[in-house]
Amino acid sequence: MDIAFLITAAAILAGAAGAMAARSVVHCALCGVVAFASLAVAFLQLRAEFVGFAQLLVYVGAVAILIVVALLLTRNFEATHEALSFRPWALGLAIALLVSGAVVSAILGSGLGVGAPPSAPPPTVKAIGDLLMTRYVVALEAMGVLLTVALIGAALVALRENGPGRPAKPGEQGSVAGRLEE
Amino acid sequence: MIAGVPPSAATMFEALDQLFVSLKHWLVGQLPPAWQSWVSLAISAAAILGVFMTLFALTVLIERKGLGRIQNRYGPNRVGPWGLLQPIADLIKMLTKEDLVPSGADRVVHFVAPVVMVVPVLMAYAVIPIGRNMAAVDFNAGLLFFFAVGACIELAVFMAGWSSRNKYSLLGGMRAIAQMISYELPLILSTLPVVMLAGSLSLVDITDAQAGHSGGWLARWHVFTPWGLAGLLLFTVAATAESNRAPFDLPEGESEIIAGHLVEYSGIKYALFFIGEYLGMFAVSALGITLFLGGWRAPVIWLEWVPSYMWFFLKLGGFVALFIWLRGTLPRLRADHLMNLAWKFLLPLVLLNAVSAALWHYTAPWTFVGAGLARWLLCGSLVGVPYVLLGRRLFAGQHIGPRTYRMAA
Amino acid sequence: MNLGKGILKGLVETARNFVGSYYDPARLVTIQYPDERRALPEKARSFPMLVYDGEDPEKGLRCVACKICEKECPPQCIYIVLDRDEKGRPLRRPKIFDLDISVCMSCQICVEVCPFDAIKMNTEFELSTADRFGSLLLHKMDLARPASYYLGLHPVEAGEVNARLAAGPGHAETKAKPAAGPAPAAGTTSGAKPGDSDRP
Ligand code: SF4
Ligand code: SF4
Repeated sequence: MDIAFLITAAAILAGAAGAMAARSVVHCALCGVVAFASLAVAFLQLRAEFVGFAQLLVYVGAVAILIVVALLLTRNFEATHEALSFRPWALGLAIALLVSGAVVSAILGSGLGVGAPPSAPPPTVKAIGDLLMTRYVVALEAMGVLLTVALIGAALVALRENGPGRPAKPGEQGSVAGRLEE
Repeated sequence: MIAGVPPSAATMFEALDQLFVSLKHWLVGQLPPAWQSWVSLAISAAAILGVFMTLFALTVLIERKGLGRIQNRYGPNRVGPWGLLQPIADLIKMLTKEDLVPSGADRVVHFVAPVVMVVPVLMAYAVIPIGRNMAAVDFNAGLLFFFAVGACIELAVFMAGWSSRNKYSLLGGMRAIAQMISYELPLILSTLPVVMLAGSLSLVDITDAQAGHSGGWLARWHVFTPWGLAGLLLFTVAATAESNRAPFDLPEGESEIIAGHLVEYSGIKYALFFIGEYLGMFAVSALGITLFLGGWRAPVIWLEWVPSYMWFFLKLGGFVALFIWLRGTLPRLRADHLMNLAWKFLLPLVLLNAVSAALWHYTAPWTFVGAGLARWLLCGSLVGVPYVLLGRRLFAGQHIGPRTYRMAA
Repeated sequence: MNLGKGILKGLVETARNFVGSYYDPARLVTIQYPDERRALPEKARSFPMLVYDGEDPEKGLRCVACKICEKECPPQCIYIVLDRDEKGRPLRRPKIFDLDISVCMSCQICVEVCPFDAIKMNTEFELSTADRFGSLLLHKMDLARPASYYLGLHPVEAGEVNARLAAGPGHAETKAKPAAGPAPAAGTTSGAKPGDSDRP
């Protein structure tokens, strides 16, 4: 294991730990961003350019921003919470073990040599694109449909706020989230 | 090879073109091999930093001068001849100003935000080819990298807005996030046709895809195609909004929220935000140049002898001038108009533009007489007609004209 | 079909300004202040000054220390001490005449009420100072200005004043009674004080 990886791994873990331990919700979100970004760096160290950049774009650029926007739109988001930590810790530990066990076993069972340096040159974006459009096209389309449905659902939920059920106050605009999903 | 000049001159021009590349190679060559790759990167980074910081200082001065002239004023003319030393005075002022942190602020986040603003922007320059063989790194997914690091800017704005514990900051931060998310989509999608037709996400490859000349003289820039032209225009609008420039400077709206997320920043931290904003503008202009305007390539075959980096910076200067001109001309948009423009106007158009690009690609084999014109009309109308229709809809029911004030006498 | 036409029109307009400002200096309305100055209008005013005749500000001061202005000044920023000789007889001149321009509101009431045309409005406005306590309290000698200076500042007004003063020594004093007293007496020279003619 080289030093660069150790640093990145430490940053990921620190970010994740901070995201759970921080008192203020916004700090949690920002620590999460640290974890996301370090994960992107880890991908880059594995020469997985596309995945790394996509991780950065999607998680830092979209997911983290969505989280903070959601936070900003909630009431009392400034309040710090003492009890953000998960109380029944044994249960939490069990779930964590279960999930990581599943992931590790999946990796071990995938037939990729663990620890062996990759022999083939890293796949180009073009190769990834070709695969996505041929072999994994169904999965891709399914995900697209899922996201579209989610988007429409969110728009509908946001629309109802100003819908016929509730007379819109004069000058009231849709919430920012509603406008974002429009 | 350079057309139209004798061979001896051609080699000279080529040497001039590759001057900086050869210089770097020579410098790196002096070092032990173990260091070479690192030093090479460091030199590129230093060059990017130096060049674009200088450009930043110049742009701020030119912008102030230009805006002044647009408004029939002189602009800064006190420091040095014609005010040329104004950037230095500004620098000294920024460095010596007191660095204020509000007592209620979240100190760490408040401190980190300007750094998060500037670092990604500087990283974005790594993938941009500013001349022949002059890209710091050629990522396979360079365009993705550009947008990925660009996404961090939103986070910086949020951090600045939230950590200041000031309602104007928070409002500015929220406006900025809403705006940047909304315009990121048209921005990224407007580059889609280029990626589709160039078949690569690497900016170097995209520049190479615009090599060659049509008709024997006119460069094959993307902008000389209907989808490229529309793409460039859409890209420019989205880029202006993405870099928070007027008329899309709502997040800073001096008249209503003072300076948005920048309210509680002063001194060098404010300067970092300022730098970040301008460097972001350059970066996104550079991207536009690379994607649509042939990057460092000359527009016509007879001008090939001008060094490639000169072309790049000439085009960059054009972009900057356009941004300044727009800032001096257009009033700020209203928040709901801003969102309408992004979602109801730009987004459909960029999607249609991708279709238009595909059509252009598949009609390329047409050979009958007037095929070029037919292709132009076909692909152009695919974007042009919706432009008119969508615009009509967007303006429907709106009174455009001199404003009347109901309450005023 | 006029989508974007407004933007183009605007761009042309600003471009015309930009180019025009280089060719047509008349477009540039800026007066570059410390180097270029706009001539102050006749009725410009900043803070009061004390006018003196002749060369010597000590002797020529028109002020007789009647303290009318001190009493009338709304913010009470004038402080006058009458000068007396050894025997305690009043000398009809101020020993101290202090005016705090950090308090003065430039209302010109002191000028209106002065029966001797001794206090007039100055137009100096570059009065910034690093010492806000000492430097803004002007003393007699800081306030003293020759009559010629006054004439230069407000030619019309000063001309009227000079004509009135030239009408005869002591004339100002006869005029003083109606001006100072509550009931204006008839028969004086128009009874007008210099400021009055300026009023609408
Ligand atoms: S009213 Fe005139 S004469 Fe009397 S004290 Fe004031 S300035 Fe002097
Ligand atoms: S101008 Fe007004 S405020 Fe100033 S000294 Fe005269 S009476 Fe007082």
